[in-house]
Amino acid sequence: MTKRTDSSERRKRRPPLVLVVLAALGLSVFVMPLLGLLARTPWRDLPTLLTSDVVVDALRVSLIASLGATAISAVLGVPLAWILARVEFRGRAIVRGLVVLPLVLPPVVGGAALLFALGRRGLIGEPLNQATGLVFPFSIWGVIIAATFVAMPFLVISVEGGLRNLDSRYEGAAATLGAGRWTVLRRVTLPMIGPSLAAGLALTWARALGEFGATITFAGNLQGRTQTLPLAVFVALESDRGAAVALSLIMVVISLTVLIALRQRWWGAL
Amino acid sequence: MSPPGVGESDEGVRAPLRSNGVCDREGSTVRRHQAITVGVATAALLLSACGGTGQSTSDEVLVSAASSLTEAFAEMEIAFESANPEIDVVLNIGGSSALREQILAGAPADVFASANISNMGLVVDAGDVEGESAIFARNRLEIAVPVGNPGGVTGLADFARDELLIGLCAESVPCGDYGQRVLQNAGVVPAVDTEEPNVRALLTKIEVGELDAGIVYETDVASTDGEVTGVEIPDGDNVHADYSIAVLTEAPNVDGAAVFLAFVLSEEGRAILANHGFVLP
Amino acid sequence: MVGGAVSHPHGLDARLVVSRGDTFTLDVSLSIPPGRTVALLGPNGAGKSTVVAAIAGLLPLDEGHITLDGRTLDDPGGNVLMPAEDRSIGVVFQDYVLFPHLTVVENVEFGLRSRKTPRREARQQAIEWLERIGLDDLADRKPGDLSGGQAQRVALARALITGPELLLLDEPLAALDATTRVDLRRTLGDHLNQFSGPRMVITHDPTEAFLLADEIHVIEDGAITQVGTPDDIRLRPRTSYIADLAGSNLVLGTATHGTVTTGTHQLHIADTHIAGPVLAAIHPRAIVIDRHQPDGSPRNTWEATVIRIEHYGDRVRLQTGDPLPLTAEITPDALNDLEIVEGSAVWISIKATEISVEKD
Repeated sequence: MTKRTDSSERRKRRPPLVLVVLAALGLSVFVMPLLGLLARTPWRDLPTLLTSDVVVDALRVSLIASLGATAISAVLGVPLAWILARVEFRGRAIVRGLVVLPLVLPPVVGGAALLFALGRRGLIGEPLNQATGLVFPFSIWGVIIAATFVAMPFLVISVEGGLRNLDSRYEGAAATLGAGRWTVLRRVTLPMIGPSLAAGLALTWARALGEFGATITFAGNLQGRTQTLPLAVFVALESDRGAAVALSLIMVVISLTVLIALRQRWWGAL
Repeated sequence: MSPPGVGESDEGVRAPLRSNGVCDREGSTVRRHQAITVGVATAALLLSACGGTGQSTSDEVLVSAASSLTEAFAEMEIAFESANPEIDVVLNIGGSSALREQILAGAPADVFASANISNMGLVVDAGDVEGESAIFARNRLEIAVPVGNPGGVTGLADFARDELLIGLCAESVPCGDYGQRVLQNAGVVPAVDTEEPNVRALLTKIEVGELDAGIVYETDVASTDGEVTGVEIPDGDNVHADYSIAVLTEAPNVDGAAVFLAFVLSEEGRAILANHGFVLP
Repeated sequence: MVGGAVSHPHGLDARLVVSRGDTFTLDVSLSIPPGRTVALLGPNGAGKSTVVAAIAGLLPLDEGHITLDGRTLDDPGGNVLMPAEDRSIGVVFQDYVLFPHLTVVENVEFGLRSRKTPRREARQQAIEWLERIGLDDLADRKPGDLSGGQAQRVALARALITGPELLLLDEPLAALDATTRVDLRRTLGDHLNQFSGPRMVITHDPTEAFLLADEIHVIEDGAITQVGTPDDIRLRPRTSYIADLAGSNLVLGTATHGTVTTGTHQLHIADTHIAGPVLAAIHPRAIVIDRHQPDGSPRNTWEATVIRIEHYGDRVRLQTGDPLPLTAEITPDALNDLEIVEGSAVWISIKATEISVEKD
């Protein structure tokens, strides 16, 4: 028993030192800010801060908006990914570029663009407003739209990657067995890209939760209606640093919990 | 022949030593054949030499100024630099509270121009102000509405109308604080739809017509060249915003900062401020 | 039918023309009556998979037609293209392509469920099929847990459960290791024979084609180069590819104590343990040809008549007659030196170690 452990220990080769050092530096980029946050946390006041109206309201708005954006991304993003992966058409490269644009575009620019498009006086927003009375900015819908804009690319990319890696013979086999396209999609394609879909959903949700720039530009900032956790942190940083730290801590805890939990169950695809 | 890396480093640091202190293209050129690590190191050197604000360059003054000073200080910079060509003014515009936080956190700046005295007070209390702060301008509050006034806003009372989209500045920034006070004076409980992080963001949303009304500075309305319409707030309800300016203790360029501050308080500086609608003390 | 019997063309009838880019064009005609197995034998890249895809409905034809029992499945000229799900063709794909996220029984019942068979009925039929192929105790496993042979049987059951009118098998044995392959070749043959419609086996392995098919179509570079019974193909290969690939001498016989008896002839083999029905393979180049009885004592030596000589570039194939008809390969120089013509008497010798024997 002991012997076996020894030999397997010996077989493990130590990774190159340079890599270990650089990797540790890389990790410190993520860990250092976290330590800074913990160092400034007013632990004694934390219970009060965490149950304050600002925090509870922001948490509620953030959860609604991030889950809403994830749901919309799934409903619209999966078909988009399917088209991109499976249909050859002219300008596909352009469409793909448009889809990933929000990844490189500063979110504030995205928010402004959304305002010009879907605002009350926007290109689409104005006729829509006149026809239906709907106003997106300064409402929870604005928050959801802004979050969807910045987060959906993660879902599309992930699902498209899954579809491209999926051996199309499985779908062919299902067709020869009498399955129509819809059945193939439902019973073969979607289940088989499950890990990619799950990873895409997790990333989309995480990105939506952290969204700031597009939200404050497009949806504004009002506690209880449009003020998400990141917005509340931003505002609180200038007035109540304790609350800002508490809010930040909540975001860290929620995100880490969800991402780690999902990683264990799903993340084979990433 | 010396190792290529050494030669490159020499070339890399040459530029900042030049009299004009400008990093030209020649100085930042990196020979293609050299090892990547050397290239990275050289680039880092160049970056720190060119981009850093905390360098010993005696010719740069970093001014952290409140958003509502954007236009006035832009003109101030031009006028100042033509009078003092050896000094380069760099403007860092932001909400007064955000700027205050930057300064308290130790960000290097030479001059702080705040849109209220409370933010300046916090910086003074922290011992970050060199000498005394001075009130150099006053501003009044005004209601801003989009051109054409689609909401039919005639006064502060309209801020209570739920059907209108009403914006204020966040309470943590001076214009938000002032706005709340103005509304309190008028006894109006506003139906607020958004609290914007700074006055410029608020003004933009009014300009594009997404908001029906908001409370901003008089100077802001003047600065938009007619892209928003002002609705006056009666003197009885209005408040004065005092703009305070000071040289900072940690200023990398105390001398330059003092020269700039003097310019702001000079007749020429006052004229510029007056031109942008500020009331002079 | 009114007005006399219209003869229904039974089975599969197809001309498949598919272009892939500028460089490759498939142009193949096939006809398979019910109850017969046709093997499509060819090297990789010859267009075999394109044939499967076109017939199964996963790839539209550019020209030609496909009819199955009188139904038109694809006819670009008549603008007919029946989607794959309506064609009623059972396909066993290469590597079987079982759905990895479904259990074995869910895989088997997939076709029935897709055709709106009620859940319970579909499950019951799937279980019955699994019992038939002896895998009912693996019903709830995932395909990843199956051996190659088990997966093949599940794939076959999945393809057959919907009662297809044509059975298409794409390299059904290629995914298996050598020993399993021999075992499964026979059971696969049995399964094929139970299917009453036309059957088509796509393979690159001549042995598979010879043992499973009634008729072999050789496909090379998108075209059929030879059609015939397994014996036709083996004894009279028409291209050097077929000669190379299919020209190996295959002898069915019974093994005992280091000999294989086939008809009246006995071959000595190296393996003294193997017994029962076997398949012995002798490569044409392993056969030594002489004009006189060779010295020494190769244990397999006999005299025979050259009944046919065929030239393939720098090689010559000799076909010898009784007692054991074989194909031998020599160089043109050797042919000249030995002064062999059709009708010459020659001595054949084969080392026992050159005869590979596997259980049939």
